[in-house]
Amino acid sequence: MNAISCTDLSFGYGKVRVINDVSFEVEKGESIGIIGPNGGGKSTLLKLILGLEFPETGTLDVLGQPAGKDRRKIGYVPQAMRFDPLYPVSVLEIVLMGRLDRLGVGSYSKECRLVAEEALETVRLSDFKNRTFSELSGGERQRVMIARALACEPELLLMDEPTANIDLSAEEQFIEALASLRKDMTLVLVTHDLELVSELSDSVLCVNQHAHRHSLPLSGETIREIYSGRRRVEHDRKTRHQQGDHSVCAHD
Amino acid sequence: MTEKLATNRETIPSALMIEFLETVRDVPVIRYALLAGIVSSLTYGVVGTFVVTRRIGYIAAAIAHSILGGIGAAIYFNRTYDIIWLTPMLGAIVAAIASALVIGCISLKFKEREDTIISAVWAGGMGIGLLFLHHTPGKGVNLESYLFGNILLTSKGDVIATCVLGLIVLGLVALFYHKLVAVCFDEEFVQLRDVSSRAYYLLLLVLAGICMVLLVRVAGIVLSLALIILPAATACRLARRMWIIMLIAVGLSTMYNVGGLVVSFQLDQPTGPFVVVVACVLYGLSFLLKKS
Repeated sequence: MNAISCTDLSFGYGKVRVINDVSFEVEKGESIGIIGPNGGGKSTLLKLILGLEFPETGTLDVLGQPAGKDRRKIGYVPQAMRFDPLYPVSVLEIVLMGRLDRLGVGSYSKECRLVAEEALETVRLSDFKNRTFSELSGGERQRVMIARALACEPELLLMDEPTANIDLSAEEQFIEALASLRKDMTLVLVTHDLELVSELSDSVLCVNQHAHRHSLPLSGETIREIYSGRRRVEHDRKTRHQQGDHSVCAHD
Repeated sequence: MTEKLATNRETIPSALMIEFLETVRDVPVIRYALLAGIVSSLTYGVVGTFVVTRRIGYIAAAIAHSILGGIGAAIYFNRTYDIIWLTPMLGAIVAAIASALVIGCISLKFKEREDTIISAVWAGGMGIGLLFLHHTPGKGVNLESYLFGNILLTSKGDVIATCVLGLIVLGLVALFYHKLVAVCFDEEFVQLRDVSSRAYYLLLLVLAGICMVLLVRVAGIVLSLALIILPAATACRLARRMWIIMLIAVGLSTMYNVGGLVVSFQLDQPTGPFVVVVACVLYGLSFLLKKS
């Protein structure tokens, strides 16, 4: 069974067409990277998969159901930097939000807490559970977001620019955490970071209104084609490290 | 000489406090004011924490000002058509809930128009209230007490209504605490867990609206925003966990209300403005205690 089946999908905001006649499939257990230029429709495609937007034409099934119908088995990792870093909430409380659909009224059950703590263990943040979000570095915050998604016990894990705004050493920890999850679930990774895609994905879906599937590794020609000649993210992590690029990692 | 001064410093406040407590015992109005102050402090200390951390202070302000529409309408219909049960507080509650829902629903649907909606509800509510009051028959309404508050006008009925509303608000927060925290942190994720983030956001606005009603007697429509924001904002500078911030905010709110009542009673100062000034000063001082 496919984790995602998309047939002749089109979507736009008003008269602006963002996704045009896109068809693709993602098998269960597969890891796929979604790349493409800014404004090409990557994030919109993610929203459609999550059921936050709905197709104008075509069909989009996720885990055997129309997108948005049942999201309990979908984990979602947004960019951690979009949150208010001063929001007074602990790491464990954030991870427990992954069990929100199982919370009626009052407090979380013991089972929910156990699952949340296991998720923190998976991303190696057990010792941080009582810290507040504001005390964490960019990379740690991103790992908290993964733990929150894992607390949903997902079959499909979707990530939106997971390494944006985090430093290189944190990026390596992050990749390590994700690599261990590949065998257990389907991963969909929306990113500009081609190196991240090559480390974590089986194949690549290039989205620029239309979508084309490519196997890895991507050739320079393909990359130029995808980015319309703008090879904006073909960076080398090791070179950046050697050059001392440790951007955006400080504790706030 | 020094010993005498020291003794005076100790005895003057305690004498004032004894006098105040005797007044509380003997004068029902002061007793009602004290009770209403303490109960409303619990409520807006808790809800104020959500208002501050979710950064919806201006929505709370718009709801507070729109309350005048409900108060004006209630007084007008009460006097014109002899609808005795339609009290200003009931009018205020209806207006607060309606404003919260209007602002919430429209801003959820048209996010880019949020500031315009806030302004419209803010000014529109006041306009409606002033129009109703202008056409209200009988003796003039003490508009100043609604705009700037006068806790000494608290009646026994007000105390009962405050306790009931306070219990409802605190009960709802206790039941849905984790969902409210989650909605304030990440609405989108809550929606993805198939929990209605919109419903909980609207609930939060309604709770904030009810708190603003409770604050009308204490600080009035104009100054009520300060009392829902400042204790929680000061607490945010002192703690980093939601429940600790709530506890500190409740403590500060109670201190402001009770202290304000004592001091204004003894020094013949208007309670609301006095409490707001003290809250502002303490918020300013909190910047000296800890860096953000």
